[in-house]
Amino acid sequence: MTDVRERPAAGPGAGDRRPGELGARELGRWTWRQLTSMRTALVLLLLLALAAVPGSVVPQEGVDALAVSRWKADHPTLAPVYERLGLFSVYDSAWFSAIYLLLMVSLVGCIIPRTLVYARAMRAQPPAAPRNLSRLPDHRSYRTDLDADEVLDRARAALRGRRYRLRRDQDGAVSAEKGYLREAGNLLFHVSLLVVLAGFAWGSLFGYQGGVIVLQGGTFVNTAAAYDDLDPGSQFGPEDFDPFDFTVDDFDITWLTSGPAYGTAREFSAALRYRESPGAPERTYDLRVNHPLTVDSTDVFLIGHGYAPVITVRDGRGEVVYDGPTVFLPQDQTFLSYGVVKAPSAQPGQIGLDGVLFPTFEMNADGDPVTVFPSPENPLVSMNVWTGDLGLDDGVAQSVYVLDTDAATPVEGPDGRQLRIDLRPGETEQLPDGLGSVTFEGVQPWVRVQVSKTPGKELALAGVVLALVGLLGSLFIRPRRIWVRAVPVAAAPAGAGPDGDDVGADGDQVGGTMVEVGVLDRSGGADLTDVLDEIVADLRTAAGRPTEEETA
Amino acid sequence: MTDAAWETLSNQAIGAAGVVYFIALLVTLAEWASLRQVATTEPAVAGAGAAGEAGGVAVATRQGPEGGDDATARRTDFLGRLGVLLTVLACAAHLVALLGRGMAADPNRVPWGNMYEFTISGTFVVTLIYLVLMRRYALQWMAPLVLTFVTATLMVAVIWLHDEVAPLTEALNSYWLVIHVVSAVIATGAFTVAGLLSIVYLVKLRRGGDAAARPGSRVPPLAVLDRVSYRIHAFAFPVWTFAVLITGPIWAHEAWSRYWNWDPKEVWAFITWVVYAAYLHARATAGWKGRNAAILACVGMATLWFNFIGINYFSSTSQHSYAGAEAPAAVADVVPGGPSGSAGG
Ligand code: HEM
Repeated sequence: MTDVRERPAAGPGAGDRRPGELGARELGRWTWRQLTSMRTALVLLLLLALAAVPGSVVPQEGVDALAVSRWKADHPTLAPVYERLGLFSVYDSAWFSAIYLLLMVSLVGCIIPRTLVYARAMRAQPPAAPRNLSRLPDHRSYRTDLDADEVLDRARAALRGRRYRLRRDQDGAVSAEKGYLREAGNLLFHVSLLVVLAGFAWGSLFGYQGGVIVLQGGTFVNTAAAYDDLDPGSQFGPEDFDPFDFTVDDFDITWLTSGPAYGTAREFSAALRYRESPGAPERTYDLRVNHPLTVDSTDVFLIGHGYAPVITVRDGRGEVVYDGPTVFLPQDQTFLSYGVVKAPSAQPGQIGLDGVLFPTFEMNADGDPVTVFPSPENPLVSMNVWTGDLGLDDGVAQSVYVLDTDAATPVEGPDGRQLRIDLRPGETEQLPDGLGSVTFEGVQPWVRVQVSKTPGKELALAGVVLALVGLLGSLFIRPRRIWVRAVPVAAAPAGAGPDGDDVGADGDQVGGTMVEVGVLDRSGGADLTDVLDEIVADLRTAAGRPTEEETA
Repeated sequence: MTDAAWETLSNQAIGAAGVVYFIALLVTLAEWASLRQVATTEPAVAGAGAAGEAGGVAVATRQGPEGGDDATARRTDFLGRLGVLLTVLACAAHLVALLGRGMAADPNRVPWGNMYEFTISGTFVVTLIYLVLMRRYALQWMAPLVLTFVTATLMVAVIWLHDEVAPLTEALNSYWLVIHVVSAVIATGAFTVAGLLSIVYLVKLRRGGDAAARPGSRVPPLAVLDRVSYRIHAFAFPVWTFAVLITGPIWAHEAWSRYWNWDPKEVWAFITWVVYAAYLHARATAGWKGRNAAILACVGMATLWFNFIGINYFSSTSQHSYAGAEAPAAVADVVPGGPSGSAGG
């Protein structure tokens, strides 16, 4: 409807511009007009859609950092190029931001003038009836015996009843308009998009997202250091953490032991004890998937679980050099899990272990070790043994899930190959060469919780809801103008009749009234026959009883 | 009834629905063929009339086919009604299949647990929307299109996507699932019907538009195609907005702690949304009306179905992983240097 390009062109200075000269101001104005044109908005929208695609193909830093590092390792030549193009974090890359910022500028440039135009239109009266209603694509005319004033009175009553706004002080015709709210809806929709963006930006600047693995029985205190991984917004500081803590008392899973989904888990639930602040009373909460715990403005979500074998390592002197539950990461849905143990202080040599946990161990028909069920029914850890330099002394931070074996030496087993120790709970194995021993004490479950603070999420939500309301108004309110003109036939000057539509041979009859009705749908493309039918029927029927003997 | 019996019922019902859809398709094709006959006999009659030297001959040749036309018209009418009846029957069987899937699960649930169920629900809604709008927008002419689409997609679902009934995975087990999926599937069905109309629009335009239309063709004029397509898009777009930009994020927030995570499925839902926003803009922009808008509608439909089916197979990183086996509930990130639960010696 209101196409922005229809705005009155050129301001005051337009007249005294010399031909061929395009001053900086004109250039600026021209650029602005281009930027805020509907066509540009359209092109930018398409660009935005296109620009979003790579982010669904290339792994994203903010979504899955692990996948990114894996991808980089697999594509050593492409990785730097992708890196430079920002393809590992498309949605905060310069080019993606450029597109949506341009779109936002275009949007503001579009909304402001349209709001002004709309404000004026709100106060304006419906336009006077065009001279020739029969030029409208949707019009009808008929002759009636009612007199002109009567017809127009009925028209006013009928249109007012249908909540049209009427033009005042008009003789011989009625002008009516409705559907002003369409444009309001449209403006609301577009403004709301800005609100959504503001909410989104607020959340990513002032919020954070963190993940941590907590053992059953373990306690988490909400400070930056407690997180395994933390992704704070640029305006989020250490003092902004809500001071709560919680302890995971218990973790329960129901495993499906039959049916096609055999071996998958349902109903995870972690029993928490939590305090809103160090001095606050303790409360309990049953943390489950889809049921986050909210403390202050922070939400705690249960997003995963796994196993931590409890392993004790004694060195050659018999001293305990490593002890405790070790978090192993599930590799697939069988919960075959991988993990490492590092005992750099062991004497006479450092001890490193890496290997897997089979939750329910079994030898299959081919003699391969497998796990047949994901819960720890018959756990077994199977680990390779390393000694020598585990790379922990050079001060470089290492992942606790990776054993650096570059400088380490494999410990040889009796068969001359690297020693592999297989342990069931309670079992201990002596290492050769007086290195020490390894004991597998048992398995302890862990849960992975995601903690996040997302200020502005309510704002974003309110924005989308308003956008939807605006959208509904904008799509379904039909802005419409209706004109009714009634002319006594005798008084009609010859030739000015409505191109003889329904007048027929008796057009010269004296005493009747020629009624013309024209309808215009300003949103275009609507089928107006029904509207015309209804209005005409209204005009011919007063207070519910048919008055007309005449056919159109 | 036992769960197994419900599942069997569901499988039989989907088979029956497929067969009846196919018969309905044949019937509507026969209806089209019979219409074409009406259209082609007419010029032939005119030719015969002109060629006849004597008036009597002309009258004689005219008589025959006209009687035939009457019979043909009756037959066409009958076939048309039979086609609608069969489509309604197939749709009912389709509904039984959906109910059966839900009843077969223990506990009972909505039939939206995996790709197979999403696909049979999506096609059901396509048919339903077609049937609901058929009267209102005089859509019966597009029966062969809709039926071909539905039959083909159902075949794909039954042959490649079929999965046994299983309880919902934990993350899907939320009432937001119901709201989110109902709205997404309804929007998908409506977008699909509207997209088919846009395809017809483009094909017709290519063939020379209204002027070159074959006499007796049931395909409506371009302006009508464009308008009806727009109306259905205008219905589907807010529903889609509700599904992917309101209920989706709310649910994602509860399940994964992020209301918007640029997950591939989310990215493509967003792309689809932006393309349809562009479509609505295109219809209001001079130079983009009509043809370009229709092309955008087709692009929108392509992104929609790619997201619906494709993403589940091409993307391994999506958390919306209901395509294959359930992903492990957690694979923690490897965190360089991060503390862990292990107490180092
Ligand atoms: C953030 C990007 C934008 C999005 C997602 C968007 C979305 C939409 C949607 C969905 C509609 C259809 C609803 C309706 O007909 O009212 C629409 C209409 C409209 N938009 Fe936008 N828009 C955006 C930016 C813009 C910009 C920058 C302009 C100005 C240049 C603009 C001008 C319009 C106009 C004039 C209409 C009314 C068209 C009509 O009446 O059919 N939009 N927009």
